[in-house]
Amino acid sequence: MAENYKNEFGVFAERPQVEKKYYDAKNIFTGLAVFLLLLILPLVPNLGKTIPPPQRSLDTPVIQKMAEKDRKCIMPTDWMRANHMQMLVDWRDNVVRSGEKGAANGRNFVNPEGKKYLASLTNTCMDCHSNKDKFCDQCHNYVAVAPNCWGCHLTEGKTLAEAK
Amino acid sequence: MGMDRREFIRISGLAALLGLSGKGAFELVRPGQVEAAVAAKPGAEGVVRWAMVVNMQKMDEATAKKCIEACHRVHNVPDFTKPKDAKDAVPPEVLNRYEVKWLWTEHFHNAFPGEEPPVMPEKIARLPFLLLCNHCDNPPCVRVCPTKATFRREDGIVNMDMHRCIGCRFCMAGCPFGVRSFNWRDPRPYITQEYPGYPTREIGVVEKCTFCAERLAQNLMPACVEASRGTLIFGDLNDEKSKVRDTLKRYFTIRRKVHLGTNPQVYYIV
Repeated sequence: MAENYKNEFGVFAERPQVEKKYYDAKNIFTGLAVFLLLLILPLVPNLGKTIPPPQRSLDTPVIQKMAEKDRKCIMPTDWMRANHMQMLVDWRDNVVRSGEKGAANGRNFVNPEGKKYLASLTNTCMDCHSNKDKFCDQCHNYVAVAPNCWGCHLTEGKTLAEAK
Repeated sequence: MGMDRREFIRISGLAALLGLSGKGAFELVRPGQVEAAVAAKPGAEGVVRWAMVVNMQKMDEATAKKCIEACHRVHNVPDFTKPKDAKDAVPPEVLNRYEVKWLWTEHFHNAFPGEEPPVMPEKIARLPFLLLCNHCDNPPCVRVCPTKATFRREDGIVNMDMHRCIGCRFCMAGCPFGVRSFNWRDPRPYITQEYPGYPTREIGVVEKCTFCAERLAQNLMPACVEASRGTLIFGDLNDEKSKVRDTLKRYFTIRRKVHLGTNPQVYYIV
């Protein structure tokens, strides 16, 4: 091996001897340790704990009043669970930008069964699901999403507001 | 590369001929198309064009107040002089800046600056002119909006998409009528009674009158028109039989700052 070692000037008998040393090892390893500690720190308080799964409640005055067979959402529950955010975005664009050139028009939503609904978060969704903290917030908190709907949209539907 | 004088003149002549005949050629093949694409469209047949007439002969302080209250109530417009909680009180020096208004009154010399004659009937000088978004045919606010949050609908309403507003306030600089208000702070603590049929706004967006687009969609008249008991007339300008059209034919009306070319659609009978 040693004989084959070449550099740009020719063949050397031996490899050049370079001292092997870890410079600033102390600082580097202390720094790494501190970094790892900071990285792990937020996870420590929740170590070993089990976070309870979301407990959604459907116990609201409007839902209670419905007959058993009518007690369903505008779309199947599984579909709503997966797609309600996209549906709300579509509603939003259709309602707010209706009348604009090239925009889809409409405040009406027709579900596959042919039933017509007003496309409105506060007046349709929140009318039945008037318990935001026990319905929306349950899952949103669990998966740590913070939709910014509620900065503007009111959490109480028409029926509840009128009853007050 | 060489090109003699004769060649140059021949080519430029041909080019000029081609250029000049461009529009003519279009007119031959597709008559009226170029004109239609370039010129601003006046109200076409069968298209709704909402407009409002304010009858100042019937207007008084009480009616104006009733209209403003109705409008601000159904649109959750905050009143910064009346916080729900005393600790949210706004210092008086910024009250004027924070004010959010969709509908408000001014005297003639402020509503129609530069148009007041040196001598005029005192009654008219003291009238509360009801001001709101003019829903211009050529709205400068729409042109300057960088996110298309403000847009003009096909029926002439200049509407706002709060979801897109980034609060740059270009539209406020662009609007010559001062109809736009900025939310300098969260309006919720200043809305005495939240109206469930309409959202509130958030800090950092601009808002203005929408001609009650949400009520028109339900075949209702705008809130101010309903509250005015005939002082405000609202309808479709393109409909020959509509009440606005009829009123505009029978009375001479003025509009605010017409010389700016925005073609405002709120008319005043003085």
